[in-house]
Amino acid sequence: MKRSATLWTGCVLAGLIALVALVSLFWLPYDASDTSGTRLAGPGGSHLLGTDKLGRDLLTQLMTGSRIALAAGLGSVAIAALVGITLGLVAAFAQGWFDDTVSAFLDILIAFPTLLLAMLIVSARSATLTSAIIAIGLAQSAIVARLTRILVKRVLAQDYITASRTSGTSWPRIVGAHVLPNIWPTLAVNLALQFGLAVLAEASLSYLGLGAPPPNASWGRMLQEAQATFTTAPAGALAPGILLVLLVIGVNLVADGLRDTLDPARRRRTTA
Amino acid sequence: MTGYLLRRLAFLVVSLVLASIVLFVLLRMLPGDPANALTSVGASPEQIAAARHSIGSDRPLPEQFTHWIGQLATGDLGTSFVSSLPVGPEVVQRLSVTVPLTLSAFVLAVLIAVPAGFVAAHKRRTWYGALLSGVSQLGIAVPVFWLGMILVVVFALNAGWLPSGGFPQDGWSDPAQAIRSLVLPVVTIALVMSASLIRYVRSATLDVLDSDYLRTSRALGSSFGQAMWRHGLRNASVPVISILGIELASTLLGAVVVESVFALPGLGSLLATGIAQHDYPVIQGVLFVSTLAVLLIGFAADLVQRAIDPRLRGRLSGGAR
Repeated sequence: MKRSATLWTGCVLAGLIALVALVSLFWLPYDASDTSGTRLAGPGGSHLLGTDKLGRDLLTQLMTGSRIALAAGLGSVAIAALVGITLGLVAAFAQGWFDDTVSAFLDILIAFPTLLLAMLIVSARSATLTSAIIAIGLAQSAIVARLTRILVKRVLAQDYITASRTSGTSWPRIVGAHVLPNIWPTLAVNLALQFGLAVLAEASLSYLGLGAPPPNASWGRMLQEAQATFTTAPAGALAPGILLVLLVIGVNLVADGLRDTLDPARRRRTTA
Repeated sequence: MTGYLLRRLAFLVVSLVLASIVLFVLLRMLPGDPANALTSVGASPEQIAAARHSIGSDRPLPEQFTHWIGQLATGDLGTSFVSSLPVGPEVVQRLSVTVPLTLSAFVLAVLIAVPAGFVAAHKRRTWYGALLSGVSQLGIAVPVFWLGMILVVVFALNAGWLPSGGFPQDGWSDPAQAIRSLVLPVVTIALVMSASLIRYVRSATLDVLDSDYLRTSRALGSSFGQAMWRHGLRNASVPVISILGIELASTLLGAVVVESVFALPGLGSLLATGIAQHDYPVIQGVLFVSTLAVLLIGFAADLVQRAIDPRLRGRLSGGAR
């Protein structure tokens, strides 16, 4: 019962943010670039949550920010999955020196913080949302590649693979019929965790001024802009942070719930 | 053991050489000529050529690389294009902020996470065990810079106990002042770090609690404490140590965001400035020193793991993850 509760809570939290993003595509309280409000107004009145230092509506900014957060998470994870799973599969099948080189390279790459690799890649391109997504996705693909390689090697060592191979099944068919079905539960859980990390990484990049440029309202940049006026206008410095936490917790709970549902060996642990 | 040490050291050196090649190639792929940092807008082609010549960016890449490696071998990290100051002393000065910051945050995080993770696993059926798991779940979702902002408001702006940011101009000559400016950044990093550590410690402890050897030991008459002390601790610490190594390494550089919140002159902010100004020697120098640190930490973690777990002694690199 508790298993489904974890998954369910996670889906509700992440789903709420997704709903906000969806609504923001069709309706916003104010125009995103409307600076007609009183600067740094508190909550209430014509602006439900107040305004920022340029007189923009906070709720509008938060709503458009949800799109950036979700795009960062989805985009990065898509890149990490595509590059990482492919590279991991190839390395696991290649074996020999190619496998050794790839895994040594991944070990070095993984030792570096995602954010740092992302900063390097962003500085090589320009500071845009696309750069941030590509950068975070590529940095994370090293982690996904290493996990995939380990998982695939474990499957390939099984007797049924040898049996399947002896009976003349081609490698692509083995991947489709045996490898992918065996590794996807673990991969799905890891990708969900990477989603949360990607959202946080994008917020950090934006906080450092290396994410989506103005007038895009990234939650990270909103926090950076509101830092100086935290005591006078706390809403602007609290709301984006709270939404970030809700989204990341939601996605992490989905990951936990998936792990418990997909991996029977771990069930007895979490149902305590 | 000596044989292992030699092989592991060789692995360290090869990794370092590989990493510096990757570093060098990656940096050359950045667009824009570094000479642009030296010349004003609208400089004549001759002036740009002269600037390129003065920093050596007109020479072929392999030659630039061997030149850089040669400098490194003599402990010279090069000269900044922007400030014309040597990079080495600058890095050392930044390390005097980043190393104490990282190490104390790391120690504090371990002091919080190890007991908390153990309790979260051992007492998982109690309300406080569940609470600990919940708090760590919350902690890994909190952006580190936001936590820093909140701590500044509460403890610096409202309570006025600690400075809200910055570091004394003359560094550690006034230790009390230097320590005061590091308290909030250290707590910020430690809290976020311990949130994820608690989960690893909890999971390692659960593996031990579920294990047959612990049950056997209990059946043979040991008390829970004795069984844990004799069999549990060693087994649980092996995976945790490899995570600790990775966390320590990533905090060393990952401190960049926290350094930015608290306006600390650390290694991360040096790197951020270097990246913004396309200052290759600075970026290269910082990344090389960090790579060295990352590899040394991995080396140390492997040695400790082997000392603890004899089963790892047949393998070259003991990463449990």
